[in-house]
Amino acid sequence: MEICYSNDNIFFINWGVQKMKQLLDLFFTFAKVGVMTFGGGYAMLPILQREVVENKKWATEEELTDYFAIGQCTPGVIAVNTATFIGQKNCGIIGGIIATIGVVFPSLVIIIILAGLITNFANLAIVKNAFAGIRVCVCVLIFNAICKLWKSSVKDRLTLCIFLAVTVASCFLNISPAIFVLVTVGIGIVLELLGKGVNKT
Amino acid sequence: MILLRLYWEFFKTGLFSVGGGLATLPFLSRMADTTGWFTHSQLADMIAVSESTPGPLGVNMATYVGFVSAGIPGAILATLGLITPSIVIILIIAAFLRSFKDNRFVKTTFYCLRPASTGLIAAAGLSVAELTLVHSNTRNAGLLNLLDWKAIILVLILLILTRRVKKTKNLHPIIWILVSAVVGIVFNFANV
Repeated sequence: MEICYSNDNIFFINWGVQKMKQLLDLFFTFAKVGVMTFGGGYAMLPILQREVVENKKWATEEELTDYFAIGQCTPGVIAVNTATFIGQKNCGIIGGIIATIGVVFPSLVIIIILAGLITNFANLAIVKNAFAGIRVCVCVLIFNAICKLWKSSVKDRLTLCIFLAVTVASCFLNISPAIFVLVTVGIGIVLELLGKGVNKT
Repeated sequence: MILLRLYWEFFKTGLFSVGGGLATLPFLSRMADTTGWFTHSQLADMIAVSESTPGPLGVNMATYVGFVSAGIPGAILATLGLITPSIVIILIIAAFLRSFKDNRFVKTTFYCLRPASTGLIAAAGLSVAELTLVHSNTRNAGLLNLLDWKAIILVLILLILTRRVKKTKNLHPIIWILVSAVVGIVFNFANV
């Protein structure tokens, strides 16, 4: 049997292999970033700097800061948003999707294993006591996280009012958090339309 | 059916949670109320496990909730649901990156959204605190029995160590989680 490739075919096969390699590289690099990030969000920035900027040179320091800033002010998990950005920049839409799947893959595996174990041992007295202690710690961790968020989000009378209104309302009213987000988006747009946006200050 | 609902619930969570980290908490807290897939005390455990394992907090929480609600397929679909809005939104924004970042409407909106997100997390945090520090079954047994004193003493110690003491202030949360687990076992926190 004669195998005959035209130049076009060789070009497409090479292109396909190249693309495949790039996508695999994206997947494994972001899986690595996922494994090395504890807690997500800001913890991820130094690891991205090393892997994406220094090792792979997929983005410059400035681009990474941009992506990260946009990742923070768009809905969703910051790590996921940043991964989509960098993947998209290097390999188009498929790249964005593959990088994102890469960053969540380790979580999926690790959490499924742990959750399975914990569900099986949940009735042991020692496990119950350990988690009762851990829950106390979680309260403190949430409190500390809120204090940090407070510093970066509550900056003047307007933001203080929004914070207090949302906290009190969502404590006492049985409304989905999505409604609060939508109303706040509305407030932001109205303020800007009235010429009272942040650009003035 | 539950798989589709998981995907949809987490799609909404991914679409509306702004700010990363604990931003998904208020949505999960609401989900525990409306769906009954898991309890609030399970949610507190999930936060602890998610904080002490690698990976973004929001993704870990989604995987965990999905697994508890509907096994491995649930874990996968919940996570996919959470990341779908991100992928779509970012791919759209990537097309006109610069104009998005400098748009005055975007700036003002997110200026307002950040404290709102903090407020939502604060409210969800309060409900976790209530669950942990207040005895639910001794409501009419007087003020002294209402509060879980062992837990409150641990809260105070942890607050001092994580906020005031210079040497221990910057330690990783996983250390505090492990210490608290040991304290819980030694002092019989679950009262079993």
